[in-house]
Amino acid sequence: MSSSRSDTRGDRRGPDGASAASDPLRPSDHIDAEESEVTQPRLGFVGWLRWAWRQLTSMRVALVLLLILAIAAIPGSIFPQRMADPNGVTKFKADNPDLFPILDKLSLFDVYLSPWFSAIYLLLFISLIGCIIPRIRHHLKALRAAPPRTPARLSRLEDHREVQRDGSPDDAATAIDIAQKQLKALGYRVARYDRGSTWSVSAERGYWRETGNLLFHIALVGVLVTVGVGGGFAYTGQKVVIEGKSFVNTLIDYNSINRGRFVTDDALQPYAIGLDSFDVTYQPFGTPGAGQAGDFKANVTVREVDGSTREGSVRVNHPLSVAGDQVYLLGNGYAPTITVRNAEGTVVHSAPVEFLPQDSNMTSLGVLKIPDGMPEQLGITGFFYPTVVKLETGAYASAHGELNLPLLTLDVYQGDLGIDDGTPRSVYTLDTSSLTKLNGRGTDVKSIELQPGETADLPNGLGTITFEDESPAGATDPTESVKRYVSLQIHHDASAPWVLAFALLALAGLGLALFVPRRRMWVKATASDGVIRLEYAGLARGEDPTLAAAVDDLVRRHARLLDGAAPRRAEPVKGA
Amino acid sequence: MDLDSISILLLWTAIAIYAGAFIAYAFDLARRSSLSDEERVLVAAGGVGADAVARGSVASGGSAVGGAGVSGVGARPRLVMARIGTALTVLGWLFHLGATLTRGFAAGRVPWANLYEFAMIGTLLIVLVYLVVLTRIDLRYLGTFITGLVLVLLGAAAANFYVIVTPLVDPLKSVWLVIHVFVASLATALLALAFALSVMQLLQARREHRLADGAEKAGPGFLRTLPDAGRLENLAYRFTVVGFIFWTFTLIAGAIWAQDAWGRYWGFDVKETWTFIIWVLYAGYIHARATRGWRGTPSAWLSITGFAAVLFNFTIVNVFFKGLHAYSGLS
Ligand code: HEM
Repeated sequence: MSSSRSDTRGDRRGPDGASAASDPLRPSDHIDAEESEVTQPRLGFVGWLRWAWRQLTSMRVALVLLLILAIAAIPGSIFPQRMADPNGVTKFKADNPDLFPILDKLSLFDVYLSPWFSAIYLLLFISLIGCIIPRIRHHLKALRAAPPRTPARLSRLEDHREVQRDGSPDDAATAIDIAQKQLKALGYRVARYDRGSTWSVSAERGYWRETGNLLFHIALVGVLVTVGVGGGFAYTGQKVVIEGKSFVNTLIDYNSINRGRFVTDDALQPYAIGLDSFDVTYQPFGTPGAGQAGDFKANVTVREVDGSTREGSVRVNHPLSVAGDQVYLLGNGYAPTITVRNAEGTVVHSAPVEFLPQDSNMTSLGVLKIPDGMPEQLGITGFFYPTVVKLETGAYASAHGELNLPLLTLDVYQGDLGIDDGTPRSVYTLDTSSLTKLNGRGTDVKSIELQPGETADLPNGLGTITFEDESPAGATDPTESVKRYVSLQIHHDASAPWVLAFALLALAGLGLALFVPRRRMWVKATASDGVIRLEYAGLARGEDPTLAAAVDDLVRRHARLLDGAAPRRAEPVKGA
Repeated sequence: MDLDSISILLLWTAIAIYAGAFIAYAFDLARRSSLSDEERVLVAAGGVGADAVARGSVASGGSAVGGAGVSGVGARPRLVMARIGTALTVLGWLFHLGATLTRGFAAGRVPWANLYEFAMIGTLLIVLVYLVVLTRIDLRYLGTFITGLVLVLLGAAAANFYVIVTPLVDPLKSVWLVIHVFVASLATALLALAFALSVMQLLQARREHRLADGAEKAGPGFLRTLPDAGRLENLAYRFTVVGFIFWTFTLIAGAIWAQDAWGRYWGFDVKETWTFIIWVLYAGYIHARATRGWRGTPSAWLSITGFAAVLFNFTIVNVFFKGLHAYSGLS
């Protein structure tokens, strides 16, 4: 690496003025640190511990840990992760039944929660804390230290300029006074070192560089801690709400909820959200992206915990805030209202049923379970097509997401739904293992086909089934014949603003650490025989590409100030 | 002809002009190898002499290996092919800008909402940063690389990733689309320049080693006209730190957007993961430069790895990985 030694810091570390109490503290293998002999661990437990700590808090270990962290994060982008893509994990398991358990043992489906990933970042942060604490202590002292003594031979520094002027020793002292003011105005901390017939000012600036660096690293710790602690108090739940219905923010009302370790049963505030209506627009036929849905908007009424109500809306990118929670719009679909009557004409089911969209044209799949009121338990699976078309194969499909020509097709199963033994089963899937299919493909009886408002007989004289038309009175088209539902996500995480605050602090610190130049400047005047020798020198402390220009600038302005000052002093002489 | 067709026409014109620039720059590199010793001193000095940033080191004499001396400051190197290359690059960029603007007008939104448009704006900014830097530092020896990279990315995008203008999907309707994607592209442009400089640094370092060992033939001849490895490294570092700041901002802005669009600020979605990996790699690079034994060649390799990850994130992850960031517009 000799080739890169010509770097600013590499060869500007002259013997003079190069180190001082105001220098930032660096790990011993930092490029600016004095090369120290390889320290053997001293005998004894404490000596060994100290040695290990030195290693852990060295630049090299920090660097290696960073690289390991980057590599360790890669598998999580290759294998589906439970936290981001649970369906992907299920699919992977089905596709690779042999491989799955091995990979799962290695936590490859939970990379970012795995022991090995956690070990890496925890070590990194221990190293980080061990590294910055002494530096903070040191820097606090450095902030109060005076700039170092002016080197005896400024000419040994790289950025060195020299100017001669006529003048007396008094003028030399004045020149340094002026330089001192000038440097101070530029934001330098200054100290005078006058001795005999030399006057000099030593100046240092750029303490913000180290402050920024420390701020950055501390803020990283802040991000990690707030994320970690915040997760314990956060909860995220999903709830499906049908138009006209509402849900209450209590544990039992959620379809599913994940909560942090410290979220107690009564931590949820019992506000309620009712879905009044759901808006969506579709790209018209014949335009680019025809049929694409957008501008989703759930119009809701919120009943706050104190009983007051207000209207609001939930849109993508625009969550609704309620009692410190954020409400998001995750999905939407159709919920055809289905009424089932048994052979005696008694209603055994009458409610909207949520159908899950299968494609962008909202071909949807739904399941209805009727455990009671029939001779045997009934299970019904159905397809819903908002705008039905018949394909050449004779199969149905939906050509558009909107309700232009809605059709519901239903197949009925009879037998045991498998829900009586208390096993939790998804309401969206039907376990047909103990059921007999009564109609539809694979049987002699055709599937039931219903348009809104129509009723059909169930197979085997079991009763009737009706697809209720939910259109308001006087409606002339089917666009409001079927209710919609939304799937809402309620997220509570009070730590998010803190995480953001620390992230922005880190960004600010980074800006300071990378762009504030840290440098020393000296101006020295030596008077002899009516001539003043003015010397200027700069020394970079860290990456400082503009140092030479800054020294030139200092020389030029100082000359201008001296020229400006001289005639004024000369004037009385002239006037006399 | 509608605006989008005009945009396509302008884009292909830009690609053709960039191809011309690439050829001119390639000839320039070839010619540099055959420069006489005297000319090459002038070129190398001119290469950094105009650069206020590098001046400190020039005045100090630095290391003489690169052939840079104080004497050359002010002399104009005559690199005709490089001039032609730069002129063509400027021209190509204007067409490229026109293509991007008309695409934006055709769509009625910022022109960076699918992979085709990401490629268009990303390369536009790479060339812009390169041309802006040229006004202060003579980096024309990177011209072949920059125009080559832009040709490949833009050509692939125009040929394979083109999609018609369609309305935005809901998650993209956000001010963060404007901010986050633009800053990410800008960061990419800076990191691309740093990458090119790091590659040159490696070549130059190898050449310097061989020369020190007394080898006759030390590598491609054009290297004689480039600054020495140390100076190339300093330049690469400066571009990287600016790029790194933008990348940090991209990461934060992305998290804010994810909080609004997906209900959490961080979820290790594939794209989030790679953005994080890249960030950590560059943090490693910055550390490496401050670590004894890692400055120079090892840190240059880190810079190269970092940019390889940027390219991977931009191409492979966008096209082949599935995640929430499925905005390539390809199906
Ligand atoms: C959590 C992981 C870490 C990250 C992401 C990180 C990132 C960074 C970044 C971006 C910089 C450049 C800013 C500047 O120059 O001031 C930097 C500098 C620095 N970091 Fe870290 N760092 C981490 C951990 C550590 C650790 C564990 C140490 C202690 C060994 C450390 C010591 C330093 C030092 C001394 C500098 C200044 C380098 C110089 O003088 O140029 N960092 N770090």
